Amino acid sequence: MPTSLVQNESILALEVGAAVTRAVLFDVVEGQYRFVAAGQAPTTAEAPFKDIGIGLREAIEALQAVTGSKILAPDRNLITPSQADGSGVDAVVATISAGPSVKTVIVGLLNDVSLQSARRLAQSTYSRVVESLDLTDQRKPDQQLDGIVRSRPDLVILTGGTDGGASRSILRMLEAVGLACYLMPMEKRPMVLYAGNQNLANDVQELLGGHAGKLEISHNVRPSLETEDLGAASRELAGLVTKLRQRQIKGVDELYMWSGGNLLPTAYAQGRMIRFLSRLYESTRGLLSVNVGASATSVAAGFGGELTLGTYPQFGLGESLGGLLQFTELDDIMRWLPLDISPNVVREYLSQKSLYPSALPATRDEQGISQALARQALYLAVRALQKDFPVSVRASRTELMPPLDLILAGGGIISDGVSLGQSLLLLLDAIQPVGVMPILIDQNNLLPLLGVAGERNNYLPVQVIDSGAFIGLGTVISVVASANYGDQVLRARLTYGDGTEARADVKFGGLEILPLLSGQSARLSLQPASRVDAGLGPGRSGAIPVTGGAVGVVIDARGRPLKLPSDPVRRRELIKKWYYTVGGS
Amino acid sequence: MLAPILHILPLATIVRERTLPVAGKVIARLDQRVSPTDVVAEANFAREHVLLDVARSFGISANAADRLIKVKEGDRLTQDALIAERGGMFAPPIKAPRPGRVMVAGGGQVLMEVGDTRVELRAGMPGVVTQILTERGVVIRTAGALIQGTWGNGRIDNGLMVNLIDKPDAVLAPDRLDMNRRGSVILGGHVRDAETLRAAAELPVRGLILSSMLSSLLPMAVQMRFPILVLDGFGTIPMNTAAFNLLTSNNGREATVNAEPFDRYNGNPPEVIIPLPVSHEPEEPHAYIPFSAGQRVRMRRAPHPGMLGTLTNLPDGLSLLPSGLRAPAGEVKLENGATVLVPLVNLEVVG
Repeated sequence: MPTSLVQNESILALEVGAAVTRAVLFDVVEGQYRFVAAGQAPTTAEAPFKDIGIGLREAIEALQAVTGSKILAPDRNLITPSQADGSGVDAVVATISAGPSVKTVIVGLLNDVSLQSARRLAQSTYSRVVESLDLTDQRKPDQQLDGIVRSRPDLVILTGGTDGGASRSILRMLEAVGLACYLMPMEKRPMVLYAGNQNLANDVQELLGGHAGKLEISHNVRPSLETEDLGAASRELAGLVTKLRQRQIKGVDELYMWSGGNLLPTAYAQGRMIRFLSRLYESTRGLLSVNVGASATSVAAGFGGELTLGTYPQFGLGESLGGLLQFTELDDIMRWLPLDISPNVVREYLSQKSLYPSALPATRDEQGISQALARQALYLAVRALQKDFPVSVRASRTELMPPLDLILAGGGIISDGVSLGQSLLLLLDAIQPVGVMPILIDQNNLLPLLGVAGERNNYLPVQVIDSGAFIGLGTVISVVASANYGDQVLRARLTYGDGTEARADVKFGGLEILPLLSGQSARLSLQPASRVDAGLGPGRSGAIPVTGGAVGVVIDARGRPLKLPSDPVRRRELIKKWYYTVGGS
Repeated sequence: MLAPILHILPLATIVRERTLPVAGKVIARLDQRVSPTDVVAEANFAREHVLLDVARSFGISANAADRLIKVKEGDRLTQDALIAERGGMFAPPIKAPRPGRVMVAGGGQVLMEVGDTRVELRAGMPGVVTQILTERGVVIRTAGALIQGTWGNGRIDNGLMVNLIDKPDAVLAPDRLDMNRRGSVILGGHVRDAETLRAAAELPVRGLILSSMLSSLLPMAVQMRFPILVLDGFGTIPMNTAAFNLLTSNNGREATVNAEPFDRYNGNPPEVIIPLPVSHEPEEPHAYIPFSAGQRVRMRRAPHPGMLGTLTNLPDGLSLLPSGLRAPAGEVKLENGATVLVPLVNLEVVG
């Protein structure tokens, strides 16, 4: 429907996370779309509930309690469209991240070309790659076939060949995939996405159409050897994952119906929004969005309007925690702990939390462990995605992040944290950004919902964001220096609107805060020591405008990459000091 | 807010689906009374496939090869059975390398499934078959005690339950597992060493019901061929008193330990079922109810994981927790006399 015809509609946006289900109302206030209110309830996808509809209705009832207007009828069905008495909503959009990780087989021709594109495509959703096939695969065809069948995939991603290029090798792989699908029980056959040589589309349809759970043929992710284009294929993939969730989880069908098909995987919607914002604000450096959730940690980066998206179920803070030690050392989690907690306690925490993904830390010790896990999960996810950043933006030192224009963070552990200062510290520790950038918190996890709402009404996301739907934590200046602990690396002077000043002599290893309230602007003069980069270039001084936030102007001179003391007592003391600096305890 | 119910019930009607991992044949009949060891369905599935490329072997087109293929889909072949022959001295016939079944024949190729494995689905619990799930399995209904747990190692078995613990925080040591325990379902406490699991495997036992287990034992536990059911979680957690009292009072009875893989989205948690004779059928338990004061609850997480208590108060809105977080919470008077404020998502109602 054209945007002009739906501009004034109220929109109920629903997000079904692995742990929490949210209901958010967007409506037109004084001619502009606004975020009105949110309600939430535990997600009910798993036993004993086994129906997301229960949690959705609970979340909508929580929303009703805030707004005072009825959205559910007495029979607990949605009132739509909105009524003259103010009850109901005009439209529904939804995202979903609940569900098991998507067991995925990736198929490509060349390991370092099309197979990498297939891997990146798989990474755009909640996938776990369980098998891969390419030309270098030395197995016999029947062994490859058994490999696919045994992995019992939910999804197969087929890539390979430039348009009009190689076909015979791809056809051989298509045959293997088709036979494998044929051998699986009808109700368990995988969804198949073909995003390879477009000249083979008819062959793909013929070989796989009758055997796949559902087949989608998309644009080639590698139209030429030098070009990668995941855009169209990731859209098709999002649709297939939604279909898969309909098959796997009770209540998703109903949600699909409520939303009139405007249902997307949460991470895809998050990425969509970051690409949109990157284009809208013509970001010269990059935008980074992170979401640390129970189902996955997802990271979306927009550089010059292009999106790099990584969704990592293995770094989710719910069910997958039981397997986290396959990807990281226990010591790398322990290093973030501000409290003296034994490694065994952390190990048992991982297993116990995986049994109860939605449970919350009730004690200070558990909160400490939970924050340490979130740091390590986000650290790993950001490093994983960094490898896929466009070559043009990669930092000269590969261990460093490229400079960013903005960081936007969401997910329960960040948005529902003990304090905004603690959330900021978590983000700085895990992402370790460089340069100067504001950091925002998406307290109501609106970003993905705006991403899916934008499919229906493209004014809505812009107007909601402009209305201040996110919480500004402040502006961060991350200093890159080769110095000894305690060396002075930067002189900073913040000049407020009324002419008063705040100053800081920043030493290497330190974390300093200059107060600047939300909504205020000021001018920050930076005078780094020789070869020290405070975001203006090595050794370069200058003055820049900065905006305030809940924490203020934060100067992080703790080093990039951040190196923590190896002595645990000293390390914990330092971490506690940083907590104290940012207003935590 | 809705509360999940952890079933620890002395008597309930229990209805469970038992299904094959692949499509097969259901043997049980509707209304049939079954014992745990009865086979209710069976299936054959192949572990491997063999692809014979006739066209390539003969160096001919796929269409030409199809005319030479002597087998068709569904044919069962013995080893060396003829699959295709061209004639002539330099083109030996293609024969079945192993016994198996033809899955596909065409396009110049023959795909066989080989290494046939037979899967037998046992009832797992005594009861009456109340529904036949075509080609998949059955629904069985029984009455008895039901004790749900948190983790299972993927196995199911049944046997006489022998209690080896005298208190909820007892530790099961390997020396308790002597030859007299062979073939029993052991009600143990906490397991902290690999020797205990090894001793149980050597007997062997028919099942281990534990309060808790160190997570470092997980890789070993999943390799065990008998069911291991953990009631309260990982770490050193005493058995919740409701389960302890109910299980110990049923010492010496036949028990089914269902620790089969738990499909969180469609299945039931791992559980112990102790069939009991009834004069009239009790009600099927509810899966969830709204939280309310007076309910008996179990703590899922710290500060006292596994401990039971009574929900005494449900403050409105969000409560500030000792962790510093704010969340919907309830005040719980624990069995040890302490009162704690707990996020509702960390509680489950016992009943």
